[in-house]
Amino acid sequence: MATVEVRDLHKHFDAGRVRAVDGVDVATSDGEYLVLLGPSGCGKTTLLRTIAGLEEPSSGDVVIDGQVVTGLPPRARRIAMVFQSYALYPHKSVLANIVFPLRAAGVPHGDREQKARRAAGMLGIEHLLGRKPRQLSGGERQRVALARALVRDPSVFLLDEPLSNLDAKLRTSARDELKRFQQDIRATTVYVTHDQSEAMGLGDRIAVMSQGRVRQIGRPVEVYDDPADTFVATFIGSPPMNLVPRGDVLVGFRPEHLLPVENVPGERVTVTLEVQRMEYLSGDRHVYGTVDLGAGPTRVIARLPATVDTPLAAGERHGFAVPVRRLRFFDEDSGLRTDPVPVRT
Amino acid sequence: MTGPGGAPPAATRPAGPAAERERPAPTRYRRRLTDRDGALAWLFLAPAVVYILALVGVPFLLAVAFSFSDVTGGDPSFDWTGLQNFGRVFADPVFWRALRNTLVFTALSMVFIVLFGKVLANVLIADFRGRWLVRFLVLLPWTTPVALSTITWLWMLDSVFSPIDWVLRQVGLIQANMFYLGRPTLAMASVIAVHVWRLVPLAAVIMMAGLLSIPKDVQEQALVDGAGYWRRMVEITIPLTAPVIAISALFGAIFTFTDMTVVYVLTRGGPTNETQVLASWAFFRGIEGGDVGQGAAIALFLFPLLLAAAIAILRAVRRMEVS
Repeated sequence: MATVEVRDLHKHFDAGRVRAVDGVDVATSDGEYLVLLGPSGCGKTTLLRTIAGLEEPSSGDVVIDGQVVTGLPPRARRIAMVFQSYALYPHKSVLANIVFPLRAAGVPHGDREQKARRAAGMLGIEHLLGRKPRQLSGGERQRVALARALVRDPSVFLLDEPLSNLDAKLRTSARDELKRFQQDIRATTVYVTHDQSEAMGLGDRIAVMSQGRVRQIGRPVEVYDDPADTFVATFIGSPPMNLVPRGDVLVGFRPEHLLPVENVPGERVTVTLEVQRMEYLSGDRHVYGTVDLGAGPTRVIARLPATVDTPLAAGERHGFAVPVRRLRFFDEDSGLRTDPVPVRT
Repeated sequence: MTGPGGAPPAATRPAGPAAERERPAPTRYRRRLTDRDGALAWLFLAPAVVYILALVGVPFLLAVAFSFSDVTGGDPSFDWTGLQNFGRVFADPVFWRALRNTLVFTALSMVFIVLFGKVLANVLIADFRGRWLVRFLVLLPWTTPVALSTITWLWMLDSVFSPIDWVLRQVGLIQANMFYLGRPTLAMASVIAVHVWRLVPLAAVIMMAGLLSIPKDVQEQALVDGAGYWRRMVEITIPLTAPVIAISALFGAIFTFTDMTVVYVLTRGGPTNETQVLASWAFFRGIEGGDVGQGAAIALFLFPLLLAAAIAILRAVRRMEVS
């Protein structure tokens, strides 16, 4: 297998006015599933296209399997890419679609068909080989695109939001399939998405991007529990992390850690929550209200699991608490993590 | 559907005291002409229908009538002659020469128009500085009236003062002038060249639109799949633009097939009818020669061929709409 690395990569458009990718250093390990996560316009797709060789970087290097491929065309990079639209060749049958990369690579005729059928078999689409793309459903198209990507044993898979064209119901099952596909293939994969649940579910590691830079890279649990800055803290998590100012720091805690005081054992910080509104979402209670840590009332959200049945009503004030080990601290100006400060209320 | 307390929609409510009150006063809400789709449809269609009937339908029927008559420039009285005109036309070797030329000119022009149009279209979609200026300049031959641009070509191919000959002489490729329009083969080549020159821009612009309609993803996917330039061209670009290429080929064919201006201005059908085409031959016979009946018979010979071409175009267009 292989590794992918980008070194101090910059990609500027319009003579430097738009910095789509603004100095990114990322390296995957062999067989890793790396997810590039960020809001639209953060540069994640441009980064992926630069790795693929569809964009030439303004500066910096792309390294695949230890070899600098920066100036090389896509076909010299041993990569496979699945586009958001799947980009199936509309005039070719499914079989011809899957065979195309092999023909381009000059694989002998007999091998081609055999390899294509094996790839189709892995994705369970042998019965579709004679069809045209327009006769396929969204999920089938995805599988054809994956089979076409898989067929010539690429060192690296690049996936650009492959689930975003599917409807919500199909997306869950397609995600499951992608995960199993990845576990079968064990190929190094770079996956671009703006959907945090896809990222958390699929990625070995997640690179959270914003404005052309990687804000944090780490395992899903790390970026969730230990966000490097307030962007990551609020971008990941639904509802996002609460950030309450206190002096010149922001005190952050996840909504599920803000619970009625009697449910928080051990060392804790207590606050008074002024309840404004409540929502019931799949068994959880989302409580919207304000707390004050000494810098005025700040809006926060508490997520109470179904097991917590403390009676609450809008307009009430109620004692809530957060375990001390769940508190995160950010510099108010830079947004970066800082040392813990004592919080007592 | 509606409960006991609910009221049916106002529009279907039967007349009654309550309905009387809610119905708008008829004088205030009269249906205007612009509300009547049926009447409007006829109104908007009428000019086109009148135009086609007056300028296409009537002349066509007139031509059919003339072809069975002995009408001439000097004697416009209508006398039925049956198929005599067709018999005479078919007995004339110049007619067969003109028919052959028409088909040869059309076929060769179509091939070159598609070929050069395709190349030009690929150049035009490339991203380079001043692309808009180049696109504009390329379109000029198409926007210039045929008669004017053909006169320019008449000068360019002049037997004595041809600048092309001058350049070739200076370079040393030829010793004496070529007499482009005086030798049968060169004259035919000249006619084809002018047709190609004036129709390539149209074909290029049509194909350019086709090229731009190919999803960028598909091209990039082919790139990532490892396909080189020619494989992408042959396996992706050309199949995906095939309907558009067919349309531009048919346009080129129809325009060449029906055109008499180029031959009329450039060679007058000469030397000795070697470049005569059906359209020019019909004109020479019917208008300049005054034998309206024979001219009509020659011109009508175009009709079944053009009808077939028109059906082919319409079918191709429909296929495009479906897919």
